[in-house]
Amino acid sequence: MNIFARLKDGLSKTRSQITSIMGGDGRFDDVFFDSLEEAMIAADIGIELATDIIDELKQDLKDCRVTSISEAYELFKAMIVKGLTVTSLPEEFPPKPWVIMVVGVNGVGKTTTIGKLAQELRAKGKTVMLGAADTFRAGAIEQLRIWSERTESDFVAQQEGADAASVAFDAIEAARARETDILILDTAGRLHTKVNLMNELEKILRVIKRNTPHAPNEILLVVDATTGQNAIKQVQVFNESVGLTGLVITKLDGTAKGGVALALTKKFNIPIRKIGVGEGIEDLQDFDPEAYVDAMFGNLG
Amino acid sequence: MFEELTNRFESIFKKLRGRGKLNEDNIAEAVRDVKRALLEADVNYRVVKKFSATVQEKALGSDILKSITPGQQFVKVVYDELSKLMGGAARQIKLHTNKLNVIVVAGLQGSGKTTACSKLSLYFRKSGHRPMLVACDTYRAAAIDQLETLGKSLGVPVYSDRNSKPVAIAKDAIAKAKADDISLLIIDTAGRLHIDNDMMAELKQICELAAPEEIFFVADAMTGQDAVTVAEQFHKEINFTGVILTKLDGDARGGASLSILDVAGVPVQFVGVGEKPDALELFHPERMASRILGMGDIVSLVERAQETVDFEDSKKLERKIRKNIFTLQDFLDQLRQIKKMGSLSDLLSMIPGVGKHMQDAEVDNNALGKIEAIICSMTKVERDKPLIIDGSRKRRIATGSGTTVQDVNKLLKQFDTMKTMMKRMNKIAGKRGQAAALRNLSPF
Repeated sequence: MNIFARLKDGLSKTRSQITSIMGGDGRFDDVFFDSLEEAMIAADIGIELATDIIDELKQDLKDCRVTSISEAYELFKAMIVKGLTVTSLPEEFPPKPWVIMVVGVNGVGKTTTIGKLAQELRAKGKTVMLGAADTFRAGAIEQLRIWSERTESDFVAQQEGADAASVAFDAIEAARARETDILILDTAGRLHTKVNLMNELEKILRVIKRNTPHAPNEILLVVDATTGQNAIKQVQVFNESVGLTGLVITKLDGTAKGGVALALTKKFNIPIRKIGVGEGIEDLQDFDPEAYVDAMFGNLG
Repeated sequence: MFEELTNRFESIFKKLRGRGKLNEDNIAEAVRDVKRALLEADVNYRVVKKFSATVQEKALGSDILKSITPGQQFVKVVYDELSKLMGGAARQIKLHTNKLNVIVVAGLQGSGKTTACSKLSLYFRKSGHRPMLVACDTYRAAAIDQLETLGKSLGVPVYSDRNSKPVAIAKDAIAKAKADDISLLIIDTAGRLHIDNDMMAELKQICELAAPEEIFFVADAMTGQDAVTVAEQFHKEINFTGVILTKLDGDARGGASLSILDVAGVPVQFVGVGEKPDALELFHPERMASRILGMGDIVSLVERAQETVDFEDSKKLERKIRKNIFTLQDFLDQLRQIKKMGSLSDLLSMIPGVGKHMQDAEVDNNALGKIEAIICSMTKVERDKPLIIDGSRKRRIATGSGTTVQDVNKLLKQFDTMKTMMKRMNKIAGKRGQAAALRNLSPF
């Protein structure tokens, strides 16, 4: 089944709009470029990047002497695919425990992503431990505990309101003692503008590093696909604060196109590690830029 | 809130104000800039298209070109259209006083429904209602625990049933509310995608069964272009009566607040501005438009002050200032009152013209906390007569408040300067009235 089927449906309008221009005499006029720009803005790519892409496309079309619209459209899509650099999670996890820290603003789906990630790693035969360093939100610890049961992972937590860094420390110690392959740390959702909360995150990182210099091996920022241009600020601030190694784009099963992902990878050169496409335990997928761009802008051929 | 958009608008208007006369090209350029600013703030592109067309038309149609202050005129056109786009005057929620009211809260996953529910319960309890929360999210792991914990911390009863389906839970909750003399039932529903037919049908069923007075659609302020699609679909299914825009305390440019009304015909009712349970505010479109355009929001500031400042206390304080017997204890009381009104940066953003000066300076909300700690570490006598604070007392106070002797010195110096200023003000006031004195003291 095509995971982007719904995304495709949502974008059929853009496609038919562009297809209808195709039927014209094939000149690259303002209507063609305007509808491309509009399609990009509607997908949350952002006006700044959209304008850049159009400028670049115009230049490329001239340089490559492209004459047909369908060729031009393929060139356009290729430009976007190129912008979405990706590497997936490594298969092997040499130093134990391999530590993955998951961060993000409130309500993007951090805990759910961790549950799905744990499921994927368990299916690969790894031992997994979940550390509940979100000690702030009501019910967060319980939510993660339920996921640990579903995925048969180990679980480390303290009480609500406990010091998050101390939970992280405990979890790493426990993972080391039990020789767990992978430890995934959940952290509380925090708006990137809250200086105190960002400081807390840095403290967690410091505590981890002091005791286990190789950790965390991955720091993943979870971004909601429905987020608009604010995502750029989120990545910027979180990256400056803790140094991100990857992005997870969640909730791509709605009609949101997550176009801001393009702005993120282009601007920060941080790869998209995973995408979330549903509520099921197995709905965490590897990111395939070509399939994604095809779904976003369709095939004219 | 909306700082980024405010900054953008300010620089656009500045360009215009500098000119004595405007021609059509100037206006077209300004409209283009406005359009770009709105798109960067995630306002829906269809709404932006319409908005900029209207502004351009009105700007050209009016007397702006002939006006002697064309820049101001242009700002007025944008302001009028912007407040229209957001919904004009705020709507006050009217609930029954003699029978059970029901509010249903719905939205996408992670938009902040559960938090919004607990904030709503507090908001309406303040106006005399007896609220009860209902946990109808039986899907997300631990969602019921979350609501129960929040309810417990606020002292609001929570109805939950881990063995029932959401529709049945809503039904039982209504019966329970009637039996328990509850005046307001707030139903928290599971997050759902607008394209999930089964889930939308369930929500519709809950709404039909509960016949709610209000249905609130919760939307994340950081949502991009898709915000209107989602709102449109929810509105088609459940006909919501108001929108709660959450997470506005970040640096979200809040484009959704400018788009949803235009698409769904329902204005933003409340905004969530923090993680604390009382961080829910009624949304005033006109005031917000004025804030976005850098014109401040004095009305809200005054209201906030009236809500928190005790009139009698301030009378007493005025007398003390006049007689020059203002002590550190009074200073502390003052500080605490300001703190009750909200964070400093938030208050400052409401003052006209402050917006652009504030963007680089990080306001230290903790500075107040430090001062509070220092004064609290003083004895009563020390607070009344700061002159007796010698080196050894300073060391004790610094240790007690977790600060340094330098901090204590700084505070004492500041307090001293303040008293001198008050003295001077009193002297001049005696001659020319207080208003004139204030004018003299103003550094501007």
